[in-house]
Amino acid sequence: MKGSRAAWLFLAPALLVLAVFFLLPVLGALALSFTDYDLYALADLRNLRFVALGNYWMLLHRPQFWAALGHTFYFVVAGVPLSMMASLGAALLLHSPLARCKAFFRTALFAPVVTTAVATAVVWRYLFSTKYGWANHLLGMLGIHPVDWLGDPHWAMPTIILFAVWKNFGYNMIILLAGLQAVPADLYEAARIDGASAWRQFRHITLPALGPTLLMVAILTVSGYFQLFAEPYVMTEGGPLESTTSVLYLMYEDGFQWWNLGVATAEAFVLFLVMFAVTAAMLRLSRKAAA
Amino acid sequence: MNPRLAKALINGLLLGGAAVALFPLLWMLAVSFMPSGTSNALPPPLWPAHPVLDNYRQLFERAGMGRYLFNSLLISGAISLLSLLFNVLAGYAFAKLRFAGSEHLFRVLLGLLVVPAQVAMLPLFLMFKYAGLVDSYVGVVLPGMASVLGIFLVRQYARGLPDELLEAARIDGASELHIFVRIVLPLLRPVVATLAILTFLTAWNDFMWPLIELTGQGHYTLPLGLASMAREHTEGTEQMMAGSVLTVVPVLALFLAMQRHYLDGLLLGSVKG
Repeated sequence: MKGSRAAWLFLAPALLVLAVFFLLPVLGALALSFTDYDLYALADLRNLRFVALGNYWMLLHRPQFWAALGHTFYFVVAGVPLSMMASLGAALLLHSPLARCKAFFRTALFAPVVTTAVATAVVWRYLFSTKYGWANHLLGMLGIHPVDWLGDPHWAMPTIILFAVWKNFGYNMIILLAGLQAVPADLYEAARIDGASAWRQFRHITLPALGPTLLMVAILTVSGYFQLFAEPYVMTEGGPLESTTSVLYLMYEDGFQWWNLGVATAEAFVLFLVMFAVTAAMLRLSRKAAA
Repeated sequence: MNPRLAKALINGLLLGGAAVALFPLLWMLAVSFMPSGTSNALPPPLWPAHPVLDNYRQLFERAGMGRYLFNSLLISGAISLLSLLFNVLAGYAFAKLRFAGSEHLFRVLLGLLVVPAQVAMLPLFLMFKYAGLVDSYVGVVLPGMASVLGIFLVRQYARGLPDELLEAARIDGASELHIFVRIVLPLLRPVVATLAILTFLTAWNDFMWPLIELTGQGHYTLPLGLASMAREHTEGTEQMMAGSVLTVVPVLALFLAMQRHYLDGLLLGSVKG
């Protein structure tokens, strides 16, 4: 078959790259997580031992890991709804026939998405600095005492969440805006003739029509937010008091500062399983709600 | 509600939202032109009274920013070119060439999307360590040379190409490569432009893998250089802002220039099919 040989030739480079630099390492990660690969094994592979589920067992008993998992959940549980609300709010505003200069507003609201997370995280660090930061300056004008945003264990994660919402809401805004534009206009027309209020139109037309899009966007955002890393790396270095140490931050430290690669891959796998379970549960719940 | 009031409310909220979205970026730009040390004042200044370029000059002369800029351009450029080539070839093959197991293989690829990239990073580092590729440009570029999302995007678009056109060329005896280069590629131009900008931006902004792979400052990209300066606290506010401007402005400018292509890609990628 001439045609099918051409197809495989066209596919070969991409498949090779994905197989060698993604699939193989993922399988390798599973194997690695069953070993005690550490600094000694790095120096001499003969020091490598098979520990079966030892790393996973150890993680279950390690408070630091549970704390990191907790911080990651905090970021996801607070960050995703806030991001989605900001995205939906912005999309509704942009969709309104009363809005002016839509192209400008759309670009302005989307701009943070394309910026480099590391660079804008640096900017936020200074905006939220205790003494000279604008955040505290604005609070001061309202007569509120300055907050040690990134230095107080209670405030560091909320500050990072605020940053993530600012940085990311524009992405879902664009997708939701396209979803809103796909809702047939005559549905609203009919509702208006029946005298339905703006809130009832939103509740009974917009939300159901957007449902599938909202679910997809929510799942993508959840799996994205579970991968929290660059923000604490730049803004807080995992602190203060490890209050912003996410699972990936812990994995990076265990893997590349302490060279406990066996433990670190086990952490990566647990995160993967958690993400998988959470997104699968979201899908199942939404199907149940739809049925 | 009174329509005039509603209009004022909606546009007021949009204006407020845009101000919140843009303020950090504008503030960054303004501070990057302030003389060293002058931004740390109360009330925090919004505008450089005497704008200077010193911060930028020092970044290039002392902090090696030119090197980081070069590395970023080289790495993002190489990843974009290579992955564009590989993804377009594969995406087109999945869309238009018939072979046994096509659907099945494609579904397996989509399944890979479930696995977060970080799972692969530690073994990849070890692979590259034993291959002597740690702290090299090649080590950053190799894993970025193909992406499932890129293949998916091209496939979505290529499925819309007319089969008759390809069949006619085949009957005329044209080779598959000839058909691809002469007929398919020109028709795929819009999706190629979209994928090019998406890939370049992603590669430019990428952080975790380069951080693991590039261990020496000589190979640092802009985000790595900036993050290391931020963690070492060696530079003042104004220089850090200048560094952020240098990192953000290239991608922001590229986005503004190719906004339509970028947003098309974002929507195409989010549609399941």
